[in-house]
Amino acid sequence: MVHQILFFVFAGLCVAGALNLLFQKHPIHSALSLIVVMGSLAALFLLLGAEFVAAIQIIVYAGAIMVLFVYVIMLLNAGEEEKSPDNSSIALYIGVPAITAIVAFVLLLLVRRNDVHDGVQLGQFMGGTKAIAMKLFTDFLLPFEVTSVLILIAIMGAVVLARKER
Amino acid sequence: MNETIKLIIFNAVKILVVTHVLLGAVAYTVWLERKLIGRMQNRWGPTRVGPFGLLQPIADGLKFIVKEDMLPPGVNKPLFILAPAIAVVFGLTPLAVIPFGPMLDAARYGWGEKAQGLQITDVNIGLLVILAMTSIGVYGIALSGWSSNSKYSLLGALRASAQMISYELSLGLSLVGVLMMSQSLSLRAIVDTQAGGILHWNIFAGLQIIGFFVYVTSAFAENNRIPFDLPEAETELVAGYHTEYSAMKFAMFFMAEYANMFSASSIATLLFLGGWHPPHPAMMLGTEGSLAYALSGVFWFAFKIFLFICFYIWIRATLPRFRYDQLMSFGWKFLLPLALANVLASGLVIALRNT
Repeated sequence: MVHQILFFVFAGLCVAGALNLLFQKHPIHSALSLIVVMGSLAALFLLLGAEFVAAIQIIVYAGAIMVLFVYVIMLLNAGEEEKSPDNSSIALYIGVPAITAIVAFVLLLLVRRNDVHDGVQLGQFMGGTKAIAMKLFTDFLLPFEVTSVLILIAIMGAVVLARKER
Repeated sequence: MNETIKLIIFNAVKILVVTHVLLGAVAYTVWLERKLIGRMQNRWGPTRVGPFGLLQPIADGLKFIVKEDMLPPGVNKPLFILAPAIAVVFGLTPLAVIPFGPMLDAARYGWGEKAQGLQITDVNIGLLVILAMTSIGVYGIALSGWSSNSKYSLLGALRASAQMISYELSLGLSLVGVLMMSQSLSLRAIVDTQAGGILHWNIFAGLQIIGFFVYVTSAFAENNRIPFDLPEAETELVAGYHTEYSAMKFAMFFMAEYANMFSASSIATLLFLGGWHPPHPAMMLGTEGSLAYALSGVFWFAFKIFLFICFYIWIRATLPRFRYDQLMSFGWKFLLPLALANVLASGLVIALRNT
C-alpha cells in the first residue's frame, strides 16, 4: 500500500517535471525540470528494487549528463525563448488533432490487451550489483563491448570537431 | 513500549545527535583552521572572543544571522535562493549512510532485541549514495554562479563545475579497488573487513596505497580546497561563485564546503583507514556489543577524521594553488590513468590470490 502511494507520488512528480520542461520559457529552468524527472525515475527504480540502477541513474544522468547540459546553457548564455508574433496555423489545425489521435490510439491498444500479466510487483527484483555484473560480463558481453566502441567513436568525433583549424 | 516506537525513538535520537554534532563540528572546524593556519604563519589565530577564541564561531554565527540578506538586482531569484540550499542539503546527506561505530547490542540495555548499528541507515549501496550526492552537489555551485548576474561569479562557477566533474571520475575509480577487495558496496561491510589492527586496514593489507593517494587528491579537488581552489581564488575572482551572496546564504556555502570536507574525510577513513577500528584490537574498552565498546569505536573514528581535517588545513597553509590548465591536465592526464591502473592492478592481485 505504501509502495503504491510512493509510486504515484514519484510518477506524478516525473510527469509534472516533464510538463514543466515543456512550458518553461528559459532553457535553464527546463534543464532543472529534466533533473527532477531523472531524480523521480531513480526513485521509481528504487521502488522496483533495482537499487544499483537507481544509484547509477543519479550519478550518470542527473549528476554528469545534466551538468553538461546546464554547462552548455550557461556558456552559450541562452536567453528566454521569444514568442513569434504570428501563431502558426499548421500547428493549430493539424498538430492538435494529430496528437489527440495518436494518444487515443495508444490508449486503445493498452486497454484492449489480452495478454496482460499481473504487471511487475513493486520490489520484485532481487538482483543486486553482483547479479548485474555477472550478466553484463557473461551473457551481455558483446553489447557491452560494442557500446564501448561506440562511445569511443563519439569521443573521437567530438575531439575532431572541437579542434582548432590550422 | 512497542517495538516500532522504540525503533522510531532510537532513530530520531541518532538523527538529532549526528546532525547537531556535525553542524557543531563544522563551526569549530572553522575555528581550528584559523588557529592552525595562524600558528603556521607565526601569528595567533582568534584569541579575543572567549578563551583561546573558542566563542569565535558563535560570534560568527550571530553575525551571519543578523546581517542584511541582500538580493542584488538582476539575479534570477528562484535559482539564487535555491543554489545554497542545494549545496547544503547534498553536502549533509552523505552523513545518513556513514557508520560511526560498531554494532551496539541493544538487548543488553533493554532496548529492543536486535543489535543496532551506530549509523542512520545501512543501505546496500551506501558507497554509491555518497557518490551520487557529491555529483548533485555540483549544481549548487554552478547555479549560484550563473544566477548571480556577475562576470566573476559566472567564471568561478564554470571553472568550479568543470573541475568537479573532472575529478569525480578519478574519485569514483579510486574507490573501485576498495570495492573489489571487500566485495560489497555497503559501508558497514567494508569497515568490517578491516578488523584486526593496523595491518588489516585497506591501505596496507588491501594494498590500496595508490588508491588512497588518488582518492585524497580527488577529494581535495572535489571540495575546492587548496591546492585546487581556483574557483574561489581570492586574489583573482574576488570570491568566485559566492561573490554576490551575503549573510545566511554565504554561511550556507561555507557550511556546505566544510560538510563536504567531513564527508570526504569520513569516506577516506572508512574505506582506507579501517573506520572505527583501533590500530591494535586491545585499544578498545569493553567487550564487543557493549556501550563502552561502541563509544570507543566512535572515538577512534572521530580521531581519524580529526587527523584528516588537520591534514586538509595543513595543506591549505602550505601549498600554492594550481593554475587552471595545470589543474585540468593533472586530473585527466595523470590521476585518471593512475586510477585505472590501480583498478587493473587490484584486480590482478585478487585474481592471483584466489588461484
